[in-house]
Amino acid sequence: MALFARTPLAPLEYSRTLWMRAWVGLVMLFLYAPLIVLMIFSFNDSKRNVVWRGFTTKYYEKALGNDVLVEALVNSLTIAALATIASLILGAVAAVMLWRFRFPLKGAVDGTISLPIIVPEICMGVAFLIFFAKWLEWPTDLIWPFNLGAIIIAHITFCFPFVTMVVRSRLASFNREQEEAAKDLGAGEWGVFRDVLIPHMKPALVAGALLSFTLSLDDFVITYFTSGPDTITFPVKVYSMVRFSVTPEVNAASTLLILLTIVLTAVALKLQGVKAIAETH
Amino acid sequence: MTDAPKKPIIQIQNVTKRFGRVAAVDNVSLDILAGEFFVLLGPSGCGKTTLLRMIAGFELPTEGTILIDGQDMAGIPPNKRPVNMVFQSYAVFPHMSVADNVAYGLKIAGVKGGEVRDRVAEALDLVKLGGFEDRMPDQMSGGQRQRVALARSLIMRPKVLLLDEPLSALDAKLRAQMQFELAELQDQVGITFVTVTHDQDEALSMASRIAVINKGEVSQLAGPSDLYEYPANRFVADFVGSVNIFEGKLTLDEPDRAAVDCPGLGKVYLNHGVTGPHGADVWVALRPEKIYLHVPGEGKAVRAAAQDAPDGHNFARGCIKGMSYLGDITLYDILLESGARLRVSRPNLSRHDQEDFTWDDKVSMHWRADSPVVLLG
Amino acid sequence: MAEQDWKANKRVFAAVSLPTLLWTLLFFVIPMAIVWFYSFGENKGLTEIEFSGTLENYKRATEYLYLSIFGKSFAVAALVTLICLIIGFPVAMAITFASEKWRPWLLLGVMLPFWTNLLIRTYALMMLLGSQGFANKGLETLWGGASWFKTLVGLQPLPTWEPVQLLFNNFAVVFGLVYVHLPFMVLPLYAALDRLDRSLIEASLDLGAGHFRTIMRIVVPLAAPGIVAGVMITLIPALGAYLTPDLMGGTDSQMIANVIERQFKKANDWPFGAALSFILIYAMFILIALQAMRKKVPEVR
Repeated sequence: MALFARTPLAPLEYSRTLWMRAWVGLVMLFLYAPLIVLMIFSFNDSKRNVVWRGFTTKYYEKALGNDVLVEALVNSLTIAALATIASLILGAVAAVMLWRFRFPLKGAVDGTISLPIIVPEICMGVAFLIFFAKWLEWPTDLIWPFNLGAIIIAHITFCFPFVTMVVRSRLASFNREQEEAAKDLGAGEWGVFRDVLIPHMKPALVAGALLSFTLSLDDFVITYFTSGPDTITFPVKVYSMVRFSVTPEVNAASTLLILLTIVLTAVALKLQGVKAIAETH
Repeated sequence: MTDAPKKPIIQIQNVTKRFGRVAAVDNVSLDILAGEFFVLLGPSGCGKTTLLRMIAGFELPTEGTILIDGQDMAGIPPNKRPVNMVFQSYAVFPHMSVADNVAYGLKIAGVKGGEVRDRVAEALDLVKLGGFEDRMPDQMSGGQRQRVALARSLIMRPKVLLLDEPLSALDAKLRAQMQFELAELQDQVGITFVTVTHDQDEALSMASRIAVINKGEVSQLAGPSDLYEYPANRFVADFVGSVNIFEGKLTLDEPDRAAVDCPGLGKVYLNHGVTGPHGADVWVALRPEKIYLHVPGEGKAVRAAAQDAPDGHNFARGCIKGMSYLGDITLYDILLESGARLRVSRPNLSRHDQEDFTWDDKVSMHWRADSPVVLLG
Repeated sequence: MAEQDWKANKRVFAAVSLPTLLWTLLFFVIPMAIVWFYSFGENKGLTEIEFSGTLENYKRATEYLYLSIFGKSFAVAALVTLICLIIGFPVAMAITFASEKWRPWLLLGVMLPFWTNLLIRTYALMMLLGSQGFANKGLETLWGGASWFKTLVGLQPLPTWEPVQLLFNNFAVVFGLVYVHLPFMVLPLYAALDRLDRSLIEASLDLGAGHFRTIMRIVVPLAAPGIVAGVMITLIPALGAYLTPDLMGGTDSQMIANVIERQFKKANDWPFGAALSFILIYAMFILIALQAMRKKVPEVR
């Protein structure tokens, strides 16, 4: 994108006007500058963050040598992976139910399923706290990975409605005649689902997986309330580090997670192409 | 159509529009005269809409100049141009009533309330939508919305009204009716209309002049009947109406007669000259309705009556391989003795006409010496 | 599109509905219901809670202290939403009218932060805004420059630079919330603008309207559903925000979520916390109901 237009502007070429480009440029700067600064300064050889004292990777060594931090990261990735798989299945199935069937109280069911999207995190966190700790008296001293059970359940509960939403909007563009054609050619219910419906849902499933994984990895509030005293996840650990002592170690750990996000996004793009991913949101 | 004054209202001079490396419009020059109903005709993707949008100011020419009423339009945005456009989708504002839609441009131009009301009523009457002021667009049919779009543009009293595929979204009956109404409306308001269409019937029925556009260039610029009867090249002959085209060699070319030897069709004789080099490769175009069909043997008498060509010319024999009955006419697909195919149409003058010929009948054909057109390109 | 009646195909219906319904009931409806019951309970001793059906918790929530926190949360969320709308609308316009080649990448550019960890983003912003952060350094340089310029033209230099407090106050909370929620606003706006028939904009220009008037009278009214969606999708999470006010706010910038958290983690008054949670949920419901009541813009293809 050349900053200065070489040819005159046609009326609807809004995005080629100078002020528009400046605006978008500033917004992108606003969105990315803090993250880029954070990443650059994870290599800074100084305790204090703002003055550049030379290049070092010692904070990465320190972060990776920090057993609690590594454990937290492994926990978070495990939770995110399991929650994503379950959310995909549950979310896709719920989307098919809402798309395919007419049944009593459908409006209420539809509303309840999408409620976790709008109920504030803090309220859900509170609910899981009471539910697991007080009501079920969920044991907190199980061995790994069963000690993550409550958190995984909580994550599935707030992730799968997003998958349902994405898959459902994708299903709305499904041409029913494809299904009829498959049946006409002899496919049963399961055959139609496997051969026609799943391929049609694939872009939404990729987008939904990316969404679930990042939502789960992102979550601090609900996890903070749900987790027992002995289980720690990456955001919870980073929170306490930020809260009590800001060190370049946090920068290093954050940089690793940002890179992970970028890799995940790249994988999703590779699978589905930039257009499909961009359009499912 | 009344005699149009000969003053050009739009002058398109060497206009080229490139999208990337593709030239959508390639060095086009043409004048549109004040008061005429001008049609840009061509297949989809030929650049006709791009040309129209350049006149309106939505696209900018890569090269060349567009003058409207003598004024260079370079650098003048669409909202400052003395032309208005009726969009293919009509672009009626869905959140405004009919009256608000039609008044939109006037209000922006700062016209006062009372006058706005009067002119809205007048414009709606003109398009036969009087009394529809308070309707919302979603309560109207496609045809009615189009009239709103028309009124909304006409109320601005533009020097030129641009119409982008105005009839493409209407069903066949309504389309035929709107063709007449548009021509009548144009006559009534006296504004120059420039219309884009891919439909040759539409172009022939409405236009005072037609520019046939092919691959970004003007293939031919002529009135409707000239375009049909005297196409300048194979593209125009084929695109406007249906036609049989045969390759041949020019064997005779004198001021008052010419002959072409076509391996597919036989010897073709014309009662006028063509200006082509002797022995050159040319093409002969022959319209299906200009071919007489008769039972072999009976042909002699019929031919004698209309004979204007030397023996052995303008005559062919074949066998009917296909028929399609269209009600008013019947189309015949005929396999000639040369192995070529010829399309012939025949009016069903009486109720039993279509019973005269049927599949696998042997037939002979002839045509008058003024019917074929010799094309050099 | 024809939906099938559930009775027509009970086995398939059961297969697709039971998992979701059971899960939602067990892990969402029941936990929320428990919170709802708690909100009518009383603390008895340290861990005992009695469900006495009292309205005391709700009554306490109407005390001035809590009402002002609710009011402040609303004001902050509304301000954040407004700023996001003003910043986001041109961005959404730019994406909509960008070339085929650029559009997906611009969208991706807006969405990537949305996928990045919230805590990390907040932390990155804190680094930038801290008293030794880049924002302050930048301002200091400007200040120094201005001072130098004043001496150059023969005036008194400016007083020495004092770092501005950009963090741990209300400004920081609003700034942080805008930073975090901007992508939420841009995406629905873009979706609405992208659906808009371009020829409507062209028709307005063709009829003599300028770009500004076209945007105000044609684009904004027709993009209203997207604008409302963007407002809701920004306002709701901003209202319930916990992390940003907690990390970036000062002692006086607590929002409602922070107060709720305190009831559970520090004050140990669970019934009161439950009541506050439900008041927040009810506030969300009212917002959504208001959105549903808004007049529908007729859509014409």
